Parts: sequence; C-alpha cells; structure tokens
Amino acid sequence: MSQPESAVAEAQGGGRAPESLAALAERHGLRRAIARPSMPAYLRQLWDRRHFILTYATSRNVSKYSESMLGQLWQVLTPLLNAAVYWLMFGVILGQSKSIVNYPAFLITGVMVFTFTQRTVISGAKSISSNLSLIRALHFPRASLPLAYTMQELQQLGYSMGVLLLLVLVTGEPITWLWLLVPVTLAMQTVFNIGIGLFMARVGAFMRDMNQLLPFITRTWLYASGVFYAIDDKTRELPDFLRWALEFNPAAAYIEFMRDLLIYQRFPERWAWVTCVFWAVFAVIVGFWYFWRAEERYGRG
Amino acid sequence: MAELTKEQELSQVAPQDPKTQTPSETRDPESPDSTTGTPTVIVDDLHIVYKVYGSAGDAEKGNAANALMRLLRRQGRPQMKEVHAVKGVSFVAHHGDAIGIIGRNGSGKSTLLRAIAGLLPPHKGAVYTNGQPSLLGVNAALMKELTGERNIILGCYAMGMTPAEVREKYDEIVDFSGIGEFVQFPMSTYSSGMGARLRFAISSAKTHDVLLIDEALATGDREFKRKSQDRIKQMRQSAGTVFLVAHNLDVIEETCNRVIWLHKGKIRMQGDPQEVLEAYNKA
Repeated sequence: MSQPESAVAEAQGGGRAPESLAALAERHGLRRAIARPSMPAYLRQLWDRRHFILTYATSRNVSKYSESMLGQLWQVLTPLLNAAVYWLMFGVILGQSKSIVNYPAFLITGVMVFTFTQRTVISGAKSISSNLSLIRALHFPRASLPLAYTMQELQQLGYSMGVLLLLVLVTGEPITWLWLLVPVTLAMQTVFNIGIGLFMARVGAFMRDMNQLLPFITRTWLYASGVFYAIDDKTRELPDFLRWALEFNPAAAYIEFMRDLLIYQRFPERWAWVTCVFWAVFAVIVGFWYFWRAEERYGRG
Repeated sequence: MAELTKEQELSQVAPQDPKTQTPSETRDPESPDSTTGTPTVIVDDLHIVYKVYGSAGDAEKGNAANALMRLLRRQGRPQMKEVHAVKGVSFVAHHGDAIGIIGRNGSGKSTLLRAIAGLLPPHKGAVYTNGQPSLLGVNAALMKELTGERNIILGCYAMGMTPAEVREKYDEIVDFSGIGEFVQFPMSTYSSGMGARLRFAISSAKTHDVLLIDEALATGDREFKRKSQDRIKQMRQSAGTVFLVAHNLDVIEETCNRVIWLHKGKIRMQGDPQEVLEAYNKA
C-alpha cells in the first residue's frame, strides 16, 4: 500500500475503469500551473500590484540608508557631492567654464538628469538577478520588480530635483513660467526609464556578465551625452550623421530639454519635443514587450 | 499550559492508530469524508531538472587563464551542472489533506514544493492544480532593516492583498505573532523565534487554496508551535490543502494526515504518518 503506485491506485479508486492522472485532472478542471498571461491580462495584473510596487520602492529607499548615521540626509547629500566633484574636475581644473555661461548650473543640471537614467539602468539590470529568492517564492508579475526599482529612483530624484532647483536659483537664474514644464520633462524621462529598466532587467537576468560590463557602458554614455560640454559646440568638426546621433541620444535630449527650461529660459524647440516623446514611447513599448516575452522564465535556472 | 497542550496533541494523534487505517489510503480521522472530495493537486510523473551555477570543478577554480581557454574552445560554463532533483513523482492530493513531505537533505523536498507552486518548470510530466498554490515564502520580500510594522504591510502587498485587506488583517497579524511592541523595531533586532513567528503570521494571513510550507515551524516556542498547528488545521477545514516540509518529525506527526517520504528524488513510501515515520526512522 505504501508504495508510489498507490497514488495511481487511488486515482483509479472505487473500481472505476483505469484513468490516467491527466484525465483525472481534466475531469476535475485542474490546470497546469505555468503559463504566460496575454499582454492585456499582464498589464491588468501589474495594475493590481501597484501598491506592492510603490511599497517595495519606498521600503528599499528607507532601508538603504538605515544603517548610516546621517540616514535619509544622504538622499540630498549624494547628488550634492556628485555635483561638487564634477564641478571641481571640469569647472575648476579643466577650465570648461570659460566658454559656457553659468557653468555650475549647466553642469549640475546635466549630472542630475543623467544620473536618474544611469541609476535606473544599473539598478534595473539587477532587479531580477538580485531578487531570485523572491521570484522563486511568490507569484506576481515579474515586471513589478524593475518597475519598483524605477520608482525608487524616481523617489530619489525628488530630492535631487530640490537640490538642483535650489542651486540653479543660487547661481542667479530667475524663476520663470517655464519651470511648470519641469514635471513634464521628468514624466517623459520616467517613462523612458521604465522602458529601459525593463529592457535591462531581462538582459541582466540572463546575461550574468552584464553587471560587470555596465559601468563601462554607462560611463561611455555619460561622456557622449554632453553633461560636461555643449554638444553643438564641441562637435563642429564631426561628420553630420555623428552630430545628429549625439544629439538624438536620449540622455542628451532630456538634459538639453531641462537646460532650456532652467538656464536658457526658452521654450524647447519642436525637435527637442519630438526626440523626448519619441524615446519615451519607443522605450516603454519595446521594454515592456521584450520583458514580457520571457515572463515565465525568470528565476528558473 | 505545556501539559495541557501535550494532552490536546495526544488526543489528536491517538485515533490515527495504524491498525484502524484502510489499506488503500489515509483518511483524516476528524473528517472521514474530506479525502473523498475533489482533488486539488495532481502530480503526474514529475521530473525536475535544474542547472546550478558556480560549483566549479577542482581543476579550474577561479582561474582567469582557464576561463579564457574555455571561451576560445567554445565550451559552456563548466560551473554549470544539471541536477535531476525530482525523478518521476506521482500523487493526488484532495481537499482537506495535510501532506507531510520528509526525506534526507537533498532528497528533492523543497524542489517538489516549488514545482507544485508552479515556480519551477517540469522537465517531464506535469503538475495540475486548482487555483494558485502559494508557497509560504513571504520572508523573501521582507527587509530586516525595516520595522515589523512596515514589513507586515510590505509582506501583505507582496502576497497580493489590497490596502483594505491589509488594514483589516494588520491587528490580527500582530496579535497572532505575539511580538507586542517589538512591531515598532527593525526586524534585525528580533530573535530568530520572533522573526519566524512574524513571518508565519504574515504569510498565513491570506487565505490560500493550497498552501505549501517549507520548514516554517522549526523555530518558535511551544506556545507558538501549537498556535501555528491550530492555524494549519483551520486551513484544512476551510477546504484547503496543506503541504508541509519539515525535518522536525513531531510536527509532521501532529499536523499531517498523510506523509510522503522522498528519497533521492523518488517516492520511497507514502501513506499513514505513523507507519511511514516508523519506517523512516529505521532507515
């Protein structure tokens, strides 16, 4: 009785005709557990998980600094120190500031905007691979994790933006109506970041060497995005398509858009709007689709 | 208190005398009809194979030159090994069953649970379930730097509860875990028993059709053990099915109405708890 076959015997029990376990399952309406939901169903599941996504993001932010003495103050100190280092290097030592008006504001705007995307890319790549135990323990749409990581960066950006606006005022720029557009460009950039975070999450989950490579990639991107220099200024000798590629670069586009609003006090050109909107829509569609395609494979060796 | 608890446990175990068992299958003595109900989980000739990274052979441990040679020869990662953890397991679980899974370390118990939960894809065979089995594994979502309070909310959301459900269950979770004012402190300050209690309280706050428990009851004091066993009984009575993996055989004997003994990925024996445990202890 106490043998493996007893399960089969039990399934056939009561003198009924022999029945396979698969047939028994079908008769009682049991289904196989593993399946990828359709895209609309998946988006609905994600929406149902919005509280988890936000709580997870907040919790990670709270726990991140809980061990340090200054605690949450680091959320403000980190961007400030970052800006100070770059200003020392490129403003004072390398002397970039001569050709650009209000270089400190120029630089800090670039650093803050770029850091938002850079950090999302790096943390997005880790969002699946460093949460394997969670993925292996609970059922939830896996996109919740990269989304939560992006939300975490967005929360941190709140502090950075406060610092940025303050510094821009300190360097002598006035408050204008254009500041009202700051949330608009941040929203576009956030949508772009969600897309690229999802994309990187799948890449990072299956290419474990990505985390070693990423610092180099993001640093190259940083140097190519005109954080320290004005792109149109430095690229006069370059061929047209390269100049065009540098300016079409999403990070450069979001940075220039923000500088238009805060420093140059001009309404961004139509070209800037098109680029920013295009990248946001393109990234979020491709990112979601690419991530969703592997939904049932995350966390499985 | 301790004696009283012991008595209760004895009275519950007593009717499960091996002589009273029918040879075909084990029935819950308290509700003899429960296993004649519909099946909730059917495992059909299940094989699980998974890959393990990072277990390098002795010859080439962490050597950059070797790693390069491997790339040049276009070999895969040698650290990647395939483990055939579950080899052809079949059984049927019904409403109201509490099934204990025992076996030595590495016999495939946890892997089997993960496969039932739908978290590992079958290599061959299938798992059929009614609804979504949930692994009692909310601890993976918790963060030890955060207070118990925040962790309760985070854990509930991680299990997919709505804000209204969280508000409704919050006090119950705190009461059940019995951690009192410690709920205001970070979880890193808890003793291991308190942490285990809070985790069990959170994960059992949600009603599950099929609940899979992996070694959750190993810690905690006597009082809490009794409380958690009561809760597992409640879940069974509300027409659920409970799977329990534990090294502590007392827990299995007191909680389960059926035991599956896994040995090297295969079912060595299954049936009445006392009988299987006796054979297991002799082996």
